[in-house]
Amino acid sequence: MVDVLIIGSGGAGLTAALSAKESGASVLVVGKTYPTNSQTSMAQGGMNAALGNVGDDHVSSHIADTIKSAHGLCDEDMVRQMCGDAPKSIEWLESIGVPFSRLDNAQQGTKTVAQRQMGGASAKRACYAQDYTGLKILHTLYDTCLKEAIPFLEEHYLLNLIVKDDIVKGATFLDIRTGEVEQIDAKSVVIATGGYASLYHGYTTNAYGSTGDGVAAVLRAGGAVSDMEFIQFHPTALKHSSILISESARGEGGYLVNEVGERFVDELKPRDEVARAIFSQMQEGQRVFLDVRHLGEGKLMELLPQEVELCKMHEHVDPATELIPIKPVAHYTMGGIDVDYALEVNGIKGCFAVGECSNAKVHGANRLGGNSLLEITAFGKFAGENAYKHSIYASSKPADDRQLKIDTAHIEELFKREVNLNFYEQREALGKLFYSHVGIVRENTKLNDALEKVITMQVALPQMGITDKAKENNQNLIEFLEFTNALLLAPTTISAAIARDESRGAHYKLEFERENEEFKKHIILQWKRETP
Amino acid sequence: MQIKILRSETNTHQLYSLPAGEIPLLNALSYIKETQDATLTFSAGCRASVCGTCAVRVNGREELACAYKVKPGDVIEPLQYHPVLRDLKVDKHKAKETLVKSTAWLHEIQEASLTHSDEKLTETQTDCILCDSCYSACPVYAVNPDFLGPFALTRAYRYSADKREGDAKNIIDNIQSNGVWDCTLCGECTAVCPKGIDPKMDITMLRSSSIQFGHSDPSFATQSFGTPDFGGGGFGFDPNAGF
Repeated sequence: MVDVLIIGSGGAGLTAALSAKESGASVLVVGKTYPTNSQTSMAQGGMNAALGNVGDDHVSSHIADTIKSAHGLCDEDMVRQMCGDAPKSIEWLESIGVPFSRLDNAQQGTKTVAQRQMGGASAKRACYAQDYTGLKILHTLYDTCLKEAIPFLEEHYLLNLIVKDDIVKGATFLDIRTGEVEQIDAKSVVIATGGYASLYHGYTTNAYGSTGDGVAAVLRAGGAVSDMEFIQFHPTALKHSSILISESARGEGGYLVNEVGERFVDELKPRDEVARAIFSQMQEGQRVFLDVRHLGEGKLMELLPQEVELCKMHEHVDPATELIPIKPVAHYTMGGIDVDYALEVNGIKGCFAVGECSNAKVHGANRLGGNSLLEITAFGKFAGENAYKHSIYASSKPADDRQLKIDTAHIEELFKREVNLNFYEQREALGKLFYSHVGIVRENTKLNDALEKVITMQVALPQMGITDKAKENNQNLIEFLEFTNALLLAPTTISAAIARDESRGAHYKLEFERENEEFKKHIILQWKRETP
Repeated sequence: MQIKILRSETNTHQLYSLPAGEIPLLNALSYIKETQDATLTFSAGCRASVCGTCAVRVNGREELACAYKVKPGDVIEPLQYHPVLRDLKVDKHKAKETLVKSTAWLHEIQEASLTHSDEKLTETQTDCILCDSCYSACPVYAVNPDFLGPFALTRAYRYSADKREGDAKNIIDNIQSNGVWDCTLCGECTAVCPKGIDPKMDITMLRSSSIQFGHSDPSFATQSFGTPDFGGGGFGFDPNAGF
């Protein structure tokens, strides 16, 4: 029985694994892909830490900016901890070899790390590695895991948590290669499975796999989720492909303009405000563009090489000479698994959650750019340590195979099920529905309509299934299971959005366009456990 | 427009039809899976050339499916030198093992004063997304399956050249066997890298470092003992040709 089972192998999972191992735990990292395939690779702009390497900055300013952007929905103690840990986190990343961009200031160590402006920040605070910050942090973490001989189990898809008497005992997985359902026993579990923005299929910057598998598993296991209605829309995704163009493009001086060439918003406001300003331009029939031409080709290639390449490839524009057509799309889920001060899941002891899947209440109603890479490293370490502490006193008696049998039977049923509806079409429809009805600007009539449509979809779920009946390497099956998770989470987002009759951060509702003190609280959802 | 995809179950190329118009290969594969044939199996991730999941071969050349625009008549096949799990999905486990063997990580941190030009020194190398395109394109694998290979060596170079590395010798020592000297410097890896990385150049740099740390080209060493066909000569192939 492993001490700490880590589910998910992105930046949060790898950091948790390294810290749990360093604490003294035996660890195992299980993921549905290879570690370096994760969403963390897509983080571009930077990671916040008040180092003050480029102009004055202080941890207290970082805390103040984060709290301001959270619009009253964060836990200030958690924010203080995260921001306070930020310089240490950068030091740690520096010590394992992350290739940050550098200043020429003749200093030593992290004092040489370059920092850039991001939206909503009162200082140049985001440490970066060109516009590949997430990629380079992720790969350095992976290299360090190999150095520390962290064991990995790739291509294992999380089915369910095993919970007995409100205590986690492990989890069940589908081994994608063999098609077998397996049980892994553990004294503690860390869930680091990423967010659920793939609900907005086709209208998200996220990878296909961001389907909230861990959030759904917690909900099924009787744990709590919260703030599910808070979805961040990134202002600048490429118009036709929804591929992300980093906020650092604006941080470095890029403009947003409409088709008559007018700037219409302060580009460095937090993402919620900028996304709404773009949305309202689009409602007026305007096309919206990102304009970085004035930065010049040299600066663009130096600071934003990835963006230049993506624009040329997917939008056929050269940012050095042309306007970049953009639209806001779903980018980050602030809500997720409800955790306490130790990042332990409310409702499931010994189970911790960290990263985008978790709601550690540091982002509140709107996350600041540069705070997610910070969260996965600062809190990833914290989650690993806490999971180890729990494992010391946890029972080493493994769970029985009840959950394994249930899940095996469910997978067998899917292979036998007759399929009348193509779930890929439903997935597409769900993405469109969410973008149009649960999007940047919401209204109750549309939300109610969306809820009805989602419930209809859920009712029709037994008509959907897999048409590929191969046991091994069945990607059709995995995608169906992912869709099932998305469909499970869809009503939690919509119903919380319906309940919140106000506008706060990323949740903006017509007829309720102001913040309402009565709603300065988290909407927490938890299922009653069916079985004893 | 029609394309052919190598199916593993039958080991034949299957013809699929796509609507006309520009489409990235990854979107085309998804389109086929969602509307025509759910059994077609491939790996996909970020759609933005950064997660390293979707590399395949198109007409014999490695491409990221998300970044390649389909042309009529294209032939799509899985990466070479990787066990095929199903259709275009391959097992990357053995390839990843080369990173462990190369000990491509920071061995011993030392305080350093890094500058902008230090950043530039390994900027491109650290753009690597581990898509395995270079591994698939490397002809050395046809004769030596234990070769450390381009991406692992590039990564070893990236750490050995980092000013923060206090024990570069350790890395260099670990890439001698089946490593820097087994490369033929053919440049296929460099030609196919979707991130513009030049492993051939990195390997050349590593050879220089190797000599500085007291290692030598084993083909010269063995030549002096009169066995010029060291390392695969029996295959009619000299891994050190051209060096």
